[in-house]
Amino acid sequence: MYDVIVIGGGPAGLAAAYSLHEEGIDNILILERDDKLGGILNQCIHNGFGLHTFNEELTGPEYAYRFIEKVNEAKIPYKLNSMVIDINNDHQVTYVSKEDGLQTIEAKAIILAMGCRERPRGALNIPGSRPAGIYSAGTAQRLMNIEGYDVGKEVVILGSGDIGLIMARRMTLEGAKVKAVAEIMPYSGGLKRNIVQCLNDYDIPLYLSHTVVDIRGKKRLEGVTIAEVGPDRKPIPGTEIDYDCDTLLLSVGLLPENELSKAANIELSRITNGPVVNDDLQTSVDGIFACGNVLHVHDLVDYVSSEAALAGKKAAAYIKNKTAHQSYLNVTPKNGVRYTVPQKIDVANMTDTVTLRFRVDNVYKKRFIKVYGDGKELSKQMKLILAPGEMENVVLKKEQLQGISELVVCTEEA
Amino acid sequence: MLYDAIIIGGGVTGCAIARELSFYDLKLALIEKEEDVCSGSSKANSAIVHAGFDAETGSLKAKMNVKGNLLMPQLCEDLEVSYKQNGSLVLCFDEKDRPALMELYERGLANGVEELKVISGDEVRQIEPAISQNVVAALYAPTAGIVCPFELTFSLAENAAANGTDFYFNEAITKIERKDGHYVLNGKFETKAIINAAGLYSDMIHNLLCEDKLHIQPKKGDYCLFDKETTGLVEKTIFQLPTAAGKGVLVTPTVHGNMLIGPSATVLDDKDNTATTQADLDMIISTAKPSVENIPLNKVITSFSGLRAHEKGGDFILKESAEDFFDAAGIESPGLSSAPAIGQYMAEMVANKYNYKKKTEYVSTREAIPCLREMDKESRAELIKKNPLYGNIICRCEEISEGEIIDAIRRKPGAVSLDGVKRRVRAGMGRCQGGFCSPKVMEILARELKLEVEDINKNSKGSNMLLGKMEVK
Repeated sequence: MYDVIVIGGGPAGLAAAYSLHEEGIDNILILERDDKLGGILNQCIHNGFGLHTFNEELTGPEYAYRFIEKVNEAKIPYKLNSMVIDINNDHQVTYVSKEDGLQTIEAKAIILAMGCRERPRGALNIPGSRPAGIYSAGTAQRLMNIEGYDVGKEVVILGSGDIGLIMARRMTLEGAKVKAVAEIMPYSGGLKRNIVQCLNDYDIPLYLSHTVVDIRGKKRLEGVTIAEVGPDRKPIPGTEIDYDCDTLLLSVGLLPENELSKAANIELSRITNGPVVNDDLQTSVDGIFACGNVLHVHDLVDYVSSEAALAGKKAAAYIKNKTAHQSYLNVTPKNGVRYTVPQKIDVANMTDTVTLRFRVDNVYKKRFIKVYGDGKELSKQMKLILAPGEMENVVLKKEQLQGISELVVCTEEA
Repeated sequence: MLYDAIIIGGGVTGCAIARELSFYDLKLALIEKEEDVCSGSSKANSAIVHAGFDAETGSLKAKMNVKGNLLMPQLCEDLEVSYKQNGSLVLCFDEKDRPALMELYERGLANGVEELKVISGDEVRQIEPAISQNVVAALYAPTAGIVCPFELTFSLAENAAANGTDFYFNEAITKIERKDGHYVLNGKFETKAIINAAGLYSDMIHNLLCEDKLHIQPKKGDYCLFDKETTGLVEKTIFQLPTAAGKGVLVTPTVHGNMLIGPSATVLDDKDNTATTQADLDMIISTAKPSVENIPLNKVITSFSGLRAHEKGGDFILKESAEDFFDAAGIESPGLSSAPAIGQYMAEMVANKYNYKKKTEYVSTREAIPCLREMDKESRAELIKKNPLYGNIICRCEEISEGEIIDAIRRKPGAVSLDGVKRRVRAGMGRCQGGFCSPKVMEILARELKLEVEDINKNSKGSNMLLGKMEVK
């Protein structure tokens, strides 16, 4: 019987495990399905990681390495090439690996840190042929950056998520011609800095309110057609532009990978596609915690690390002294705020502060982010620009929340 | 080498004929133009075993369908193919259409379909709660089933290979000559008899030798496949009353627990054009909606299309069309359902003509590649103990291990492409559609086939996944 099993050895799992160690919990195990720790950071060889955590710009592998070092120094046990195939609400975890075969192990608590996956072409139901040369941006990133292969010479990218933007630059630097990035929404889903540094700096055109309407080529991709979409996101006839290309990258959204959470009957949010959690980042199942991109898709890994450290800390507290949660204050997102994580707060048992992370549902200029408790303004911050690609947060103090029965987080025009 | 018989085409029809003929004492080969069997219409269809009430009474389609339906359960048991007799319903939305439903029922009886019955709308919703409130009656065919068309085709081919059938790939037959009383194909394959099972191209093969010309008109059908989360929404295969364009849009579970809707029916000229179109996808979605309430359209994981090999005569062509040249042509729906029967029918036709006898020893069964995901934990643990590679998960969505992928490659005939692996063991067929596993599957393919990773194709030659190694600058 372990104290805690951490599922996933990416940035979230590593930070959660190290935080457990710092709290004096060492009877733990990290289960990682890949052949090394670090998760998707290993293929993110560009820089820009760690500005908040380490006050310097690191590449993805460097950022991961800092945490892997800590985990190794703390002698935290982990198993690689170990795929968890089942968990249940009795905290039993079943995994398979070459070395151990099929094993079922138990823990007092579980931290979910499985990350997310990319939405594939099929989810968009793009018509056309099905040749080779259509990759999700992350797959292409892995093939280039880890395996060292040339995936394409003439490229169109659908979706302006961060991985797509990063790959536009990456492929350009490798000599490919990135002809266009099409984004179905009227705004980009990626970080502003990536639009500037990965597209504008290389004169790669970004077509907002555009999508791919046809894919051509029987064996290898030969071309795609993009078209403008109306407010209903349906293509407008007559706006088609044809591109000859051998590669189409898709960067059309990330989905938290919660198949295991479903197996354990954990309540999921329809908006985040991740578990519904309280201020301890505990899911609807007692003793199962979640952090990182399995909980909600983050923009910066720094926030993943700090969120995961909190999950570790709270899981440690759970083991040492289990709190019975009596009642919750639900957080209601409104007027431009899509969701918050956590979704509910146990005010009586919370620590001094709670950080609510969230995203907005559209691009807004000059707005306040406001928090209301029972109709009374608890906090406000002015934002010159708000965009769905960037995660926002507000920090609330315990004393502000005591005695409140309705908590609203919203945007308001300034 | 001089073969006694060569089958042209490695779809389900060709492979079913190959298996049956491989029981006889003759030298047999199968030639396929693509890199693998199951590369044409057999890979993209509704994956159902029709009961047999659709086709005109007395037609070969009707006979082969009804007999194929009867043979399918035992065949799938012998070859360890995923099959389920789930039953089908033809929905009637309006009392004025009841005569058409009854006509279908009568035809079914005349065709010899057993257990058919017409049930009320309430009875329909009792067995399928998701069916629309607007349904007033349905034709219920308990003998209809669902089958994995990939497994079926591969297992037939493997069984034929186990009995000594030679397989040749990447060979499109473009030339057939008569020489010394036998045939020479593409100037290099010599055979006493030819069996034409070339699907969409069966007219082209036929027309190389025969005076009476065939004309295969491709008719495209688009489908949407849904995530396994939709399992259980419908248990039976749900049809609507057929129209002139085809059997209408169906909603069906697949034998692996996904849900499938389609097909459209668009006449094309290009026999290789399997591109889906927005119009066809929109059509199947809007047409399926009246059948099943609340189809979760956000759970589509992929769409695809297949081509029906429609011969203008409308029926299957199963006969010796020229001296020593046998057609199994114009095999469109219900071709998959009919394959077991067509296999027997054609093999007997050939064996009778040349008086071939069954071998004293042959195998008629085949062991499937183990599917660890579907095993109980004990058997799974046991198998991983025997071969640890079954514990190394490569495809995380479908939980497919390295061991299963290696099995797929080492089978005879085995997978040589990403799609070959996918169709044999489902690696890459899940919700991420190969995003995570394709780089790893490519590596395993390269290792097993002693190729470079950049030489691995998605399917046929030219469908390169990679353009080479990255240059070091």
